[in-house]
Amino acid sequence: MMSTQLLKINNLTVAFRTDEGVFNAVDDVSFHINRGEIVGLVGESGCGKTVTALSILRLIPSPPGIIEKGEISFNDRDLLKFDATQIRKIRGKAISMIFQEPSTALSPLQRIGRQMVEALQLHEKLSKKEAWNIAENWLEKVRIPDVGERMFAYPHQLSGGMQQRIMIAMALMLEPELIIADEPTTALDVTIQAQVFELIREMRQEQTSILLITHDMGVIWEMCDRVLVMYASRIAEEGTKTSIFSEPAHPYTRGLLKSIPKLKGTKERLKAIPGQVPSPLQYPSGCHFRDRCPHEFERCAKEAPQLINLSDGHKVACFIANKLIEA
Amino acid sequence: MNETATTKTILEVTDLKTWFPIKRGILARTIGYVRAVDGVSLSVKRGETLGLVGESGCGKTTLGKTLLRLEKAQDGDILYDGRDIFALSQSELRGLRRRIQIIFQDPMSSLNPRMNVLDIVTEGLVEFRMIKGSVEENAIRLLNEVGLDKDAIYRYPHEFSGGQRQRINIARAISLRPDFVVCDEPVSALDVSVQAQVINLLIELRDKYNLSYLFISHDLSVVSHIANRVAVMYLGKIVEYGSTDDIINKPMHPYTKALISAVPVPGTDKIKKIVLKGVIPSPSAPPPGCRFHTRCRNVMEICREKEPEMTRSGSRQVWCHLY
Repeated sequence: MMSTQLLKINNLTVAFRTDEGVFNAVDDVSFHINRGEIVGLVGESGCGKTVTALSILRLIPSPPGIIEKGEISFNDRDLLKFDATQIRKIRGKAISMIFQEPSTALSPLQRIGRQMVEALQLHEKLSKKEAWNIAENWLEKVRIPDVGERMFAYPHQLSGGMQQRIMIAMALMLEPELIIADEPTTALDVTIQAQVFELIREMRQEQTSILLITHDMGVIWEMCDRVLVMYASRIAEEGTKTSIFSEPAHPYTRGLLKSIPKLKGTKERLKAIPGQVPSPLQYPSGCHFRDRCPHEFERCAKEAPQLINLSDGHKVACFIANKLIEA
Repeated sequence: MNETATTKTILEVTDLKTWFPIKRGILARTIGYVRAVDGVSLSVKRGETLGLVGESGCGKTTLGKTLLRLEKAQDGDILYDGRDIFALSQSELRGLRRRIQIIFQDPMSSLNPRMNVLDIVTEGLVEFRMIKGSVEENAIRLLNEVGLDKDAIYRYPHEFSGGQRQRINIARAISLRPDFVVCDEPVSALDVSVQAQVINLLIELRDKYNLSYLFISHDLSVVSHIANRVAVMYLGKIVEYGSTDDIINKPMHPYTKALISAVPVPGTDKIKKIVLKGVIPSPSAPPPGCRFHTRCRNVMEICREKEPEMTRSGSRQVWCHLY
């Protein structure tokens, strides 16, 4: 009997050794993704969200990155114990990835059709003709016009939105159990972004899970069931979309939501979070958010807060979150 | 007509066209044009912020640059404080450059990495001989205005974060006491938690110095917060133009409606989304008739043939055959 937890990450710590020093890009991160769920991993630049995602598929360049500790359990098997061959079998098939820049996934030197056929044949026993048909089918599903012609096009001959659709088609065509999407719509215009969201919603199979990485709370609202908020290498808060938006518990989450200009909001001065995101080489001791936090007190400098349960599924890493909610 | 100083029109753009020639072949013959800005008219009053929104290829950035004569206009008029900026002499143009400034999207590329903050923010003052007192005093005063510490003056751009660099850009932009600042996606490249700080700063400075802004952005939420009026651009033309309240709450043009519908608004229940089909056509080959017709849900026969004319509705202008 398969567990409902498709992916479980336990105490993941990823360090980077650079000329300027060693730092943890990801610090003791734990979370899980259930079958069929869309989980959002949201945070600003440098918070560690992309490194977390890349670790799952062992895509962190090493050196300088090192997975110092932790467990990444996929279908109850620890991916960190897989050798290179085993990981390669999973990549693209059981777990596939969509990147921010389609150029990362699409080779500029090969025509679209050939790239798709190659990807299909790598993982499945298919003749070239069979693979070609499947590829064409998928391009139609993602609403690429003139599919027959497009199969012979080079990526640069297509718009960003179309390249992104092709990347989505390639991510879905092998029917993965988990898709990791890293800022899939950030580089796209907002009307194209709306198309891509609609597409992802329609296209994913019943049980396909998605780990959606973004810095955009609007995207989280549109797409996700559950949310993980990351700040400066750690998880600050975890909860359902509704609880994160209507009852944010961590001072960072609260600050972030208050500071975002709303489309039909008032024109009152925005409540900005003071200061800026610290550099990983200069994280404050204890809680990484404390320099910018209006509620900082002595304990914050001495200890790193652990994730505690507030209510069903709603967790927060903050010593006084409970009091904030009651207030 | 009796206009008070605060409601005077400071910028008047009429039928502006900025086209980029497409050249091919050994002889570099011009075979066509990218009509980046293709007949745009708008105006901005003193102290007013006009938001300019649109997606890739709509021409908003080119329009901003043309106002500063950083791009060459093909046709049309730009009157700044009543003067035709294309008819200015060299020395008059110099004077204009003091009055209109620009802030760009990428904070780093606008800063010379070999100049320290002191030099960067006082460069204009020195050039225009507006320094009173010591150079350091002037620099510190400017940095204070943008919320940066005086320690910053001897440091170099690479030592600062994106948000801080943008503040340095803003300090430089206001150093010459301009009346008008073109802000081209000034917060798009910044972290979300920093965007609010910079937006607040821009608003504070605007109110303090009665600045006019042309605020260019693809982010409707930011624009709706800072702008008094909004112009929506698509493929080189303005499709709708009106007060922020009207545009955001009662959009008329199908493109404006789709643009607003596409903005995810956290906290609201799933409103029926308008999802446009198709892609944005290339500005070098805009569709005939109404440029938006290839993606419009309300497309009619006339839309494919004839460009829509302007229709007025109160203080609003819209270009669409539906009206």
